[in-house]
Amino acid sequence: MQTSASTATTQDRIEVKNTTCYMCACRCGIRVTVKNGEVRYIEGNPEHPLNQGVICAKGSSGIMKQYSPARLTRPLRRKPGSERGAGEFEPISWEEAFTLITERLARIRATDPKKFALFTGRDQMQALTGLFAKQFGTPNYAAHGGFCSVNMAAGMIYTIGGSFWEFGGPDLERAKLFVMIGTAEDHHSNPMKIALSKFKRNGGRFVSINPVRTGYSAIADEWLPIRPGTDGALLLALIHEIIRLGLYDRDFLVQYSNSAELVNLDENSSEYGMFVRTEVPEEEGCFDPQNKLWWDRNTNKPVVTHAAGADPFLLGEFNLKDGTPVKPSFQLLQERVKDYTPEWAEGITGISAATIRRLAHEMGITARDQKIELPIAWTDAWGKEHETVTGNPVAFHAMRGMAAHSNGFHTIRAMSILMSLLGTIDRPGGFRHKAPFPRPIPPCAKTPKGPEGVQANTPLGGMALGWPADPDDLFVDEKGEPVRLDKAFSWEYPLAVHGLMHNAITNAWRGDPYPIDTMLIFMANMAWNSAMNTVQVRDMLKDKREDGEYKIPFLIVCDAFQSEMTAFADLVLPDTTYLERHDVMSMLDRPISEFDGPVDSVRIPVLPPTGECKPFQEVLIELGSRLKLPVFVNQDGSRKYRDYPDFIINYETEPGSGIGFLAGWRGKGGEKFMRGEPNPRQWEMYAKNNCVYHYHLPRSYQYMRNWNQGYLEWAQRHRLTRYAEPINIHIYSEVLQKFRLAAQGKSDGRQPPDRLRQRVDTYFDPLPFYHEPLEAQLSDNARYPLNAVTQRPMAMYHSWDSQNAWLRQIHAHNYLFVNPQTAQAQGIADNDWIWVESMHGKVRCMCRHSEAVEPGTVWTWNAIGKSKGAWNLAPEANESEKGFLLNHLISEELPANRDGAHLSNSDPVTGQAAWYDVKVRIYKADAGEPEQTSPQFTAVPSAPGTRKVRPAWQAYFAGKGKWK
Amino acid sequence: MHPAFSVIFLTTLIGTGQGLFLALYTGQVYAFFHLLSEQASKGFYLGGSLIALSLLIAGLIASFFHLGHPERAWRSAAKWRTSWLSREVLALPAFMGMVLLYGAAHWLDWNQPLVTIGTLTLSATMVFGALGTVLCFVLFVCTAMIYACLKFLQEWHSPLTVINYLLLGSASGFTLATAYSVYAAPELMGFYGKWAIIITLLAMVTRVASLMRNCKLKPKSTLQSAIGVRHNKIVQQAQGFMGGSFNTREFFHGKSKILLRSVKWVFLITVFVLPLLLLAGGLSTSVTVLLSAAFLVQYAGLLAERWFFFAQANHPQNLYYQAIS
Amino acid sequence: MEMTQLALVIDLNVCVGCHACVTSCKEWNTSGQAGSMSDDRPYGADPTGTFFNRVQTYEIGAFPNTETLHFPKSCLHCEDPPCVPVCPTGASYKRKEDGIVLVDYDKCIGCKYCSWACPYGAREIDEHQKVMKKCTLCVDRIYDQNLPEAERKPACVLACPTSARLFGDVHDPESVVSAAIRENGGYQLMPEWATKPASHYLPRRKTRIKIHADELSRADNPLKKERQLPQPGKSEPSLDDVTSW
Repeated sequence: MQTSASTATTQDRIEVKNTTCYMCACRCGIRVTVKNGEVRYIEGNPEHPLNQGVICAKGSSGIMKQYSPARLTRPLRRKPGSERGAGEFEPISWEEAFTLITERLARIRATDPKKFALFTGRDQMQALTGLFAKQFGTPNYAAHGGFCSVNMAAGMIYTIGGSFWEFGGPDLERAKLFVMIGTAEDHHSNPMKIALSKFKRNGGRFVSINPVRTGYSAIADEWLPIRPGTDGALLLALIHEIIRLGLYDRDFLVQYSNSAELVNLDENSSEYGMFVRTEVPEEEGCFDPQNKLWWDRNTNKPVVTHAAGADPFLLGEFNLKDGTPVKPSFQLLQERVKDYTPEWAEGITGISAATIRRLAHEMGITARDQKIELPIAWTDAWGKEHETVTGNPVAFHAMRGMAAHSNGFHTIRAMSILMSLLGTIDRPGGFRHKAPFPRPIPPCAKTPKGPEGVQANTPLGGMALGWPADPDDLFVDEKGEPVRLDKAFSWEYPLAVHGLMHNAITNAWRGDPYPIDTMLIFMANMAWNSAMNTVQVRDMLKDKREDGEYKIPFLIVCDAFQSEMTAFADLVLPDTTYLERHDVMSMLDRPISEFDGPVDSVRIPVLPPTGECKPFQEVLIELGSRLKLPVFVNQDGSRKYRDYPDFIINYETEPGSGIGFLAGWRGKGGEKFMRGEPNPRQWEMYAKNNCVYHYHLPRSYQYMRNWNQGYLEWAQRHRLTRYAEPINIHIYSEVLQKFRLAAQGKSDGRQPPDRLRQRVDTYFDPLPFYHEPLEAQLSDNARYPLNAVTQRPMAMYHSWDSQNAWLRQIHAHNYLFVNPQTAQAQGIADNDWIWVESMHGKVRCMCRHSEAVEPGTVWTWNAIGKSKGAWNLAPEANESEKGFLLNHLISEELPANRDGAHLSNSDPVTGQAAWYDVKVRIYKADAGEPEQTSPQFTAVPSAPGTRKVRPAWQAYFAGKGKWK
Repeated sequence: MHPAFSVIFLTTLIGTGQGLFLALYTGQVYAFFHLLSEQASKGFYLGGSLIALSLLIAGLIASFFHLGHPERAWRSAAKWRTSWLSREVLALPAFMGMVLLYGAAHWLDWNQPLVTIGTLTLSATMVFGALGTVLCFVLFVCTAMIYACLKFLQEWHSPLTVINYLLLGSASGFTLATAYSVYAAPELMGFYGKWAIIITLLAMVTRVASLMRNCKLKPKSTLQSAIGVRHNKIVQQAQGFMGGSFNTREFFHGKSKILLRSVKWVFLITVFVLPLLLLAGGLSTSVTVLLSAAFLVQYAGLLAERWFFFAQANHPQNLYYQAIS
Repeated sequence: MEMTQLALVIDLNVCVGCHACVTSCKEWNTSGQAGSMSDDRPYGADPTGTFFNRVQTYEIGAFPNTETLHFPKSCLHCEDPPCVPVCPTGASYKRKEDGIVLVDYDKCIGCKYCSWACPYGAREIDEHQKVMKKCTLCVDRIYDQNLPEAERKPACVLACPTSARLFGDVHDPESVVSAAIRENGGYQLMPEWATKPASHYLPRRKTRIKIHADELSRADNPLKKERQLPQPGKSEPSLDDVTSW
């Protein structure tokens, strides 16, 4: 210990400010201590509902991000005469940059707005970026969701009206059995860690289903190693067993799902596979009208659902008076899972039938015998009063491990159905929603329905991203072909609710469906770890037409750091770090709500921007004002908002709507919430309240929210929803059946192009089914027998932290982890250099034996490998010498079919990037090969404005003025 | 352990210096009891003492390279009650002083009786030599105990460590005395040479004994006790960082087993076999250059021996630092 | 035993290996009294730096019976710390009042002897300040009266998202740490050296569910409501047809 010169003296200027972390997407509250203008310490804010004072490895390393040598600090233009990818830039002024962009975008907007594409990474400001795109009039907007976890969002929201992470999660406070399947440890990480620990200490049983035992799985009471991409088979077998033994919650299914609703099974009817309806509802809207039928046990007759005193059959087959054969949808589910026996699943998943049975029994018995009854009175949507809230304490959590497969949508539907069978939806100890969810199935937002939605100098005629309820909601032209660049909401990926960012560059390069002019990428490393098929995508970015013009003519990249992507930009805009900006975690986007009510939060700058850095929001508002996009200008065309904080306070979704980006302290004096006039002191009020607004719902509104009259009306009153109608669980998905009927030519509306009929018919099954992932169907499984997946290290967030002097010491490079059995079969010793090869490419890397991976799987940490010189690392840095990406092995497209047509390597329902479908083989590298990963890329120089000199050593000590 | 050259030079240089002093005084004691004819000049003792002192000073200088803050070295005398290192820090200058005094007393002919014990009347040189001998042994013990006291460094934690430091230092000192006497007192060449052979042989026995002991050592600490998990199969997958740390730099020699084994044979030959042959050859043939060669080879061999001494020691902390990923 | 002995108790049952304790420690301490904590080659090959705390990973057993164990390790503040008596200058010392083992940087000569004397590898030399450094249990936090009492804890303890790190006086039988050790089989590392580490570890504990066969067949099986159990026709043969008793 030092006895002098370290403690604060009276001359030291110490400030402590609250804001929100952004070292990952978790959004923990942080308290930042600044000493003489330098960050002394970043700690978890104990007053914050999300992280309750804790902080992770990344959050604790924020200092090294703030002062990273990879920080861009000046707007840059590609040096005239230099090639894209070489990373040669010259600084320009912001005014020059804005003029350049404005001229270009104004021209595009006046001619063909869809030639401008805006794609963003995990930016936490999709409400604003989406608004900008819509105002501009381009349909070509999406964030990273399509290549992240859209299957999770879509699969669950199309089934239970809510989803994991931001919109809901496992109630580990009260659960007794917790089943986690393929979860990424960098997501919602601190709340999950807090909850897991409490759960275990309270004696809960934790089962992890994952090909790899790392991270959270390490502390599981039981680890069930599963083959990647086979979760669907496991879940269907669990459903089989639960139904076979009658371990489902019958009352729950009857009352709160469409299990008992009768499905028309008249094969000649255009209504085949649809629920039988009694009458046309008076009001049509974005909700399920209560006009379906049950077959009542008491009267042995069809009755309208939820009729007083009725008790419907869940199983059986009946004929309506007109002779129409009908079955309750639960009967169809039972038929569907009949052959999905545990023995069948054993052969696919690698988990023994006995184990599957035992797991099903544990779930069923825990749900049934450990019921929770909370003395909370509530009224359901049909007016029935309940004295208690019941809980069946079996909770699930899953994320990208399940989602990032081409069969993920149906797998996640199966999981949602299993959760529903156990009666765990928005109940204590099960799954709980977070505001603004639950939402109608599907949610109401819709894209334009055709090319007419895209008009010059006009905002887009709908949302750029929406939730199709039927084929009429697709965003296609009269031939059924896509309007969007990424082909989302076309017949190729009809429910691509988060877009397909992973195909945007490829499609733009190929000019299919059409070429574009300008692409603006914000905070997405599309030339590296965010791209599938990285090597070729990098080539596409610099590929030229015959006339010498780049195929993607103008590329703007906004980022705070010199990533791999910035080297390909024509124009680089330096973003700020999270400590230098205002931000909102808005109810219009993905707020940080808790189970007990809506929560939103903000970032408030702790430090001034470094160099000429400018927050991307300010860039958008500046551009919006210059382009005179309607919401950003007054009637006379003058600029409406001074800056982003001003915009946040004063913007209303419609004039006088009272709905804005922030829900807290609305109204002139901050007396209102959710809805109210703009409050000029709203930021101050957030600042005073730990940067967070937390509304605690009355306890009677906290559960059963899909059907809780009090909650639904509250949500309607506060404009979270338009309708206060119950949201019944879609065990059987009529939405999917509508697409299937179209594909079969049985319905009148839009029909898919012939080449896609069979595809839509197959994958739009109203009940979940298991199919092998698409890559496995198309690749030579004998040649490529292994699955390759990534795991996310808890001390790194994607590619962000190799620039972080502390975090990169923990993960400087990566190995391929291989079960010793599998490695030895190839004569591969621990630490050997090996090749990993898929049908798309190959990578040389180092092997590490591990007993914690199932023998059919190999894995590595995600995004540790870096391209030489990127992130301003030395060319000899471990990240580029020994680190590698699996991305080189994964294609963004399936092999072209006979006509040369390309389909995305994605889930055919949602367009979810199928990262984890890749099949590989491994073999030893030759003795003479260099001990260096392959492929290697030419080093890029440090960009102007980044720190040129990399220190031989450094010793951070805040407050001495050396680090500002 | 990672062998630090500062410590290798420190221990071998002072060991030789100590041994040389012992040799000088042994000669004087023999002469005192008339077991050896009174012969050596005062220059012989002074010269020998100055050589011994120079070696001690060189060792001291080497030790400073081991310190992060040599300017604070004076502080290290503070904890002599508990720290063998601190004791060494006291013993070394004390011994150096006594060597200086011893040489000076010879040079100044302080041969008048100083102390009388029973029938023995001792001069100043005899007294200083006796005190020097005590300090010399204290210093050997202190130096060796620095290593031998660390109980979890099992290769070191043995009386053999102390014996070896003593005998190896003495052997090299007597070999040096042999070579020195060729020039300064040729008549003592045989006396020192024979003692050099005897001590080298003894050292060989004890050093080989320690090698054999270390071969059979079973580490008391295991991965099981290190992390507190009782299971036969535990493998470290990650030590928590990838680019190395003090723990990986200080406690691992980083060399191959083959090199380690080679160094062992090299030192067994150069510390023992070759010097013995050279000493025997030199004494029997009077090709005195062989005696100088004997010292040079033995000292070089001791550098290897000391390197091996450190490298062979297996620190239990290494259990925690086995793998990166 | 009556003296205070502050220590950590690390619950391996909930540690997920997130490294929060690793970097929160560095962040607090690099600008604190124990700082700075240097990093060499921070953006080059093989980056390396001073840390007081590391999280390691072990695999126990063979597939499929594998346990993955995350194992945080920092100074254990031994009750009988072998690193203290060997220090020649007294720079390394154990505080009487709370048992924390500290290094006085101003006295340290950087001889590294204390690190040799620690079987746990808990000490690291600062390659630039050239003094020995180690976990201080955030001694510059835990007594800071300017902090709210709940925050007078080591940075790693406050950061730990799974609260796998407990902090307190292991000599006080009423403390959280003593209770945790007592009730959960807390143990010390390398007990063979009798260093008596004050910090303890709690082992993995497993929760299992035992399901009895009869729990699977129940009177209120909902399938019974679905006419799934066929009722024989009334005209079918029965005992009544053949006997009259």
